[in-house]
Amino acid sequence: MNTNTNIAPTANFDVEKIREDFPILQTTVHGRPLVYLDNGATAQKPLAVINSMVEYYKGYNSNVHRGVHYLSQKATDAHEAAREGVRAFINAEHTHEIIFTRGTTESINIVAHSFGKAFVNAGDEIIITAMEHHSNIVPWQMLCEERGAILRVIPINANGELILEEYDKLLNERTKLVALVHVSNTLGTVNPVNDIIAKAHVVGAAVLIDGAQSIQHMAVDVQAMDADFFVFSGHKLFGPTGIGVLYGKDKYLNAMPPYQGGGSMIKQVTLEKTTYNELPFKFEAGTPHVEGIIGLGAAIDYINAIGIDNIAAYEHELVAYAVEQLSTIEGLRFIGNAKERVSVLSFLAGDIHPYDIGVILDKLGIAVRTGHHCCQPIMDIFSIPGTVRASFAFYNTKAEVDALVAGLLKAKQMLS
Amino acid sequence: MTIEEIENEIVEEFQMFDDEFSKYEYLVEVGKNLPLIDEKYKTTEYEITGCQSKVWLNAELIDGKVVYSADSAGIIPKGIVSLLLRMLSGQTPEAVVNADPISLFSKIGISELSMTRSNGLRSMAKQMKLYALAFQAKVNG
Repeated sequence: MNTNTNIAPTANFDVEKIREDFPILQTTVHGRPLVYLDNGATAQKPLAVINSMVEYYKGYNSNVHRGVHYLSQKATDAHEAAREGVRAFINAEHTHEIIFTRGTTESINIVAHSFGKAFVNAGDEIIITAMEHHSNIVPWQMLCEERGAILRVIPINANGELILEEYDKLLNERTKLVALVHVSNTLGTVNPVNDIIAKAHVVGAAVLIDGAQSIQHMAVDVQAMDADFFVFSGHKLFGPTGIGVLYGKDKYLNAMPPYQGGGSMIKQVTLEKTTYNELPFKFEAGTPHVEGIIGLGAAIDYINAIGIDNIAAYEHELVAYAVEQLSTIEGLRFIGNAKERVSVLSFLAGDIHPYDIGVILDKLGIAVRTGHHCCQPIMDIFSIPGTVRASFAFYNTKAEVDALVAGLLKAKQMLS
Repeated sequence: MTIEEIENEIVEEFQMFDDEFSKYEYLVEVGKNLPLIDEKYKTTEYEITGCQSKVWLNAELIDGKVVYSADSAGIIPKGIVSLLLRMLSGQTPEAVVNADPISLFSKIGISELSMTRSNGLRSMAKQMKLYALAFQAKVNG
């Protein structure tokens, strides 16, 4: 479970009051109150986020970094305040190390493309793990194919933890980059990224951490972690879709060529030669997703007001309760039993197909995800067609866990 | 019976249930009663892609009629494919090719089945029609 056992849930964490901030949580599905346990796919949005975007369009919509007029200045200020908010949230050293992207997937693709061009050559090696999302597998396969590099994979054990002895063996002077997930979207495993990064640095390799499933559950400090790249999506962090973050150390970002050409990313253009803009703009060609960035800024402000440590402590208690209650169901088995785990529970009930369970739970108003969760290699390792995945956020309650358990018992009775 | 007559019969059966959850309970029961497919057809050759639970489908032309058999790893997809089989199996290739089997599901009140990409209803119906088309070509050819 969550490692932050030294922090106790604060008395002022009032989940019922927090739920009032999320309009969608008051809706009904198939005539029943919505129990939303698909937060790993996307999280719901508080009113503060929704309103921030409405206010932008109603009050100061304009293009950023261009106009001398009032609205453009105001939009630019809000846009750059959000960048500073992201920097502080992950404790990056410099604001210019925060690049806005479309999401985790695009962030990884930028690194695969631009870091690849600058640093990866034939015979070089890139290390990933067997628990990666497809978005942290395919870009590296494409890069390796293009550059003649070799992809190495850290295997996992039966509990869904990385086998670190194998990682030690894979590291060598040809290793250029290690790319791995901070928290597995399928197994909930929290990987020991600090150790993994320190070891990679011994051989001079850079490390990319996919924080898509960690940023919303625990305090992240990219300097303490010493990550070279840290990537995440806004929509899983209670912000809007279509916006994400690429954090990169400026020593790497400065040495990498741009990903796309266009407006904003240039310093000077002549028809013969273009010089590129400084960070972060070098990697932000074209008009950015302004309302998405403002919404992401509002989401981070909202989380800061509650406190990420309070969120982590509450979720720790909630997920421990869910594990305990789900364990009472006969025939239920967890896929992934890592010692260090957060907020994602994957399981199967007897030999019932996960799809059937998902459909029945849906009819009871309970939203879970079923299938391979974009992690087909994990399904192959465990020889299963997929899992049922319940993924939690700080607005979920113990009553919702009870509803899930009751729904599963009902589904089991129907489907067995 | 024609496809239309069978469809009406199924619609009547589902009308006995007034809430959606009960309709699903019935669909599950229908799925449990689907006759088992010969194990030799449970291979990738007979697998329909686009379903979250694996679905296998085989078709034969017997006395000018298309006879289907199918199975799935999931019970709800089994229920869906059972209803398709009940309508289309034993019909002529022409009748299958001209049928609109997907419309049944909105008529019985579980219409969102046809919307979700995960259950592969469209893939099942398409594959059944492709078999029928092939038989039609064979008969006419």
